Amino acid sequence: MQPVLDISAVNKRFGALTVADAVTFSLAPGEALGIIGPNGAGKSTLFNLITGNLQVDGGRIVFDGTDVTNAPPMQRCLMGIGRTFQIPQPFVKLTVFENLLVAGTFGSRKLEAEVAARCGDILIQTGLIGRANVPAGQLSLLERKRLELARALATNPKVLLLDEIAGGLTEGECAALVGTIRDIHASGISIIWIEHVLHALNSVVERLLVLDFGKVIGMGRPNDIMASKAVREIYLGLDV
Amino acid sequence: MSAPASSAWRVETRTRAATGFSVFAVLLVAIAFAAPFFVSRSLLQDLFLILTMLVLAQNWNLLAGYAGLVSVGQQAFVGFGAYAMFACVSLGGLDPILAVLIAGVAAAMLSVATGFFVFRLQGAYFAIGTWVVAEVVRLVLAQWRALGGGTGTSLPNAAIRDMAAVQWIAEAFSVRSAQAADILTYWLALILCCATIGFIYWLLRTRQGLGLSAVRDNQEAARSVGVDARRIKWAVYVSVAFVTGMAGALIYVQKARISPDAAFSVVDWTAYVIFIVVIGGIGTLEGPIIGVIVFFLLQKTLADYGSWYLLVLGLIGIAIMLFAPRGLWGLFSDRTGIQFFPVRRILKGGPSTDHQGTRGGPHG
Repeated sequence: MQPVLDISAVNKRFGALTVADAVTFSLAPGEALGIIGPNGAGKSTLFNLITGNLQVDGGRIVFDGTDVTNAPPMQRCLMGIGRTFQIPQPFVKLTVFENLLVAGTFGSRKLEAEVAARCGDILIQTGLIGRANVPAGQLSLLERKRLELARALATNPKVLLLDEIAGGLTEGECAALVGTIRDIHASGISIIWIEHVLHALNSVVERLLVLDFGKVIGMGRPNDIMASKAVREIYLGLDV
Repeated sequence: MSAPASSAWRVETRTRAATGFSVFAVLLVAIAFAAPFFVSRSLLQDLFLILTMLVLAQNWNLLAGYAGLVSVGQQAFVGFGAYAMFACVSLGGLDPILAVLIAGVAAAMLSVATGFFVFRLQGAYFAIGTWVVAEVVRLVLAQWRALGGGTGTSLPNAAIRDMAAVQWIAEAFSVRSAQAADILTYWLALILCCATIGFIYWLLRTRQGLGLSAVRDNQEAARSVGVDARRIKWAVYVSVAFVTGMAGALIYVQKARISPDAAFSVVDWTAYVIFIVVIGGIGTLEGPIIGVIVFFLLQKTLADYGSWYLLVLGLIGIAIMLFAPRGLWGLFSDRTGIQFFPVRRILKGGPSTDHQGTRGGPHG
């Protein structure tokens, strides 16, 4: 089957610092892939390269059979790449519902009236329905993280990029969020998930990718990756 | 929780206060149109000033409060519009009313040309860039000998007298043509003001208006959900220039005398306008309306105190920024929740109506 997202030999440098070094991987339709790595390994940068918020220095990004290496973020969103931000970026003066409405109407080029009902359904799915008409600036951290997820879903994505969406949440909040993400995955949306909360990540993803200094240093089933010597040394910082 | 029932959702924007206000607004506009029948000429001139300042304020509010484009160079479009009108009337012999429309188009064209420079700048640099552009336009037009160069010129008396409908108004009201011209420009200012507020209100309720609000709040996130931030900002910048140019031209039809220093005055056409928007409440349609009334009352009260006037204006501006950063209207609206121009999309209905604190609905 043709991969929904194909990254080949992607490079990115900030001056002397290499943040993406010949990164190559692909994502099958409906797959959930986890990305782990120490702080500064280039994980969020990789997302910014996939969404077009940053331009690659070299390599190719193919989405759904189309080369999007030089496409602007807006166009990639329309094609079906949805993302959440590590630090939530809500439209603070708009209500939660309006946040979704923007994403729905512009992310799929439809009229507000056509997407309103779907936005309402997503608010139920993500547990935000009780806050629907509250300005997003008044939300708590958990609610802001949920809003990131809900807004990305409203763009009707084929691939969903989640950036540390479980970070900073309590055990109970985290479990609830994982449940929501499982449901989204079960509905057929492919997921790439950057996360430090490993037990949450490993309960959803089928494959793990390890990034260090912009390089892919391991990829495979979560159990195998967590057991591998390279990961334990570099990522967990253990002397083995 | 019951399963999502898509058909049950409703989106509403109406509020009761707004319905009441719309009746009041229609009444107010009707009275304003009839004003020349029962108010003095000097009051009519004051009203003209209020209306034109309100047009400028609503436009700056759209530009800065919604599109995030904080310009301090809007006097470029006021002055350019005014000069375009003077050129059409004095040199081209056109009717001043037609010239006002042409002035709007000219200002819009100027904004396209200058936009390529200023849109390369962000934030404070954008603000300074727009000011520089305005100064350049002023210096260039001050070289135009046919329109009086640096000292300026006046509109020919005949042009005002022969303006469309002036003779008709003069006969209907049995007044001299100069006063009839005041009545006509007042009506035009009223039309321009209503059209501007109506247009901005309509825009904010459309899909593009929603995208504009998203860009205002967070441009990066807006781009990530498919909003073409650049195109929306360009559209706002050019349409604001169009209306600002028309307002400038109309102001100078009424003044009938122009000079580069007055037409491109940063204090008159930008500083006062920013003051009006900031004290009233930026990012709301109601704010500039409140602001222009406060501004005008202050101007009337303090008119005899010379430079104290500007000092007090500045102090009031600072006090409001410190203690009511969302302006007088924001202060009122936050306490009461009242909005006269509601743009908020409120989600109602659906399977869990009770969660939203709204009564009624299928499972209520």
